Amino acid sequence: MGEIIVVTSGKGGVGKTTTSASLACGFAKRGKKTVVVDFDIGLRNLDLIMGCERRVVYDFVNVINGDCTLKQALIKDKRFDNLAVLAASQTKDKDALTQEGVAKIIDDLKAEFDIVICDSPAGIERGAFFAMYFADRAVVVVNPEVSSVRDSDRVLGIMASKSRRAEQGLTAVKEHLLLTRYSADRVEKGDMMSIADVEEILGVKVIGVIPEAPEVLSASNSGVPVILDEQADAGLAYTDAVARLLGEERPMRFVEPKRKGFFQRMFGG
Amino acid sequence: MSIFDLFRPRPKNTAKLAKERLLIIVAQERGAHSAPDFLPLLKRELLEVIRKYVNVDPDAVQVNVRSDGDQELLELSVTLPDKA
Repeated sequence: MGEIIVVTSGKGGVGKTTTSASLACGFAKRGKKTVVVDFDIGLRNLDLIMGCERRVVYDFVNVINGDCTLKQALIKDKRFDNLAVLAASQTKDKDALTQEGVAKIIDDLKAEFDIVICDSPAGIERGAFFAMYFADRAVVVVNPEVSSVRDSDRVLGIMASKSRRAEQGLTAVKEHLLLTRYSADRVEKGDMMSIADVEEILGVKVIGVIPEAPEVLSASNSGVPVILDEQADAGLAYTDAVARLLGEERPMRFVEPKRKGFFQRMFGG
Repeated sequence: MSIFDLFRPRPKNTAKLAKERLLIIVAQERGAHSAPDFLPLLKRELLEVIRKYVNVDPDAVQVNVRSDGDQELLELSVTLPDKA
């Protein structure tokens, strides 16, 4: 039986889809049979970040409605044999997701794959609820910024009380934070909350810290998840996060300010 | 920081401020959201019942849930009007 990991945040634009895509590739690279599912019904985007947007034929809602089989809707990744994507539907129907429909898909995926990553939409509406409902683990993506931290706390609270695990009285969903857009320089200057600050406020441990880096945008521009960029700090930070999710110990990298040269320190920049 | 920065006013440590604000609001919201969904309705109905007998202010009825160890306590406090 596979493990279900939800990537969620509450707030939009913090890097959920970027994270889902990178974690999925990371797990596949480590030999895990992985599927990544876009729950953002109406606003499909994971396919673009994964670089398979032109190969979407069927989507999540097609499977629920019985227009096609689950197998037909799974898009095989071109880079990894053991990685598949299930695209979100672009329907405007808010009630396209049904509890039974989603449950059936999740159970089928769980039987077939080692890792099922659920890419949650922003907010706490239907799509976000279903993305987290079945989870065994949660990766809460958070920017070290007030509104993101507050929304993360809301999402953690909802998960603790409304998830399937909570309802059935099973062991709680395992929670992790993933800090994105982290700038060690700004933390040192006192302009940005630190890893320890965010951990203290939310009472959850950080499993990875992704530095603010231009490569993240270039990666989504080209449809190649940033984890596959082995020159980029952000990519390496995601690789570390995957290793930690697999139970390995890795020291945090890229969390110290870059040492500046004499001229930079004197004249700025 | 460069030598030019010496002539500019330094911003305060805003990260610290953010953390302090968040600690307060998060604690407050956790309390509010962990309360059972029926609480507002229970409060309204209790108020109606009490008002049949005593004319109290809407604010005079306080219903709270708090946890004490493994137990959850439902606290009800009613402030009766002064005998004038």
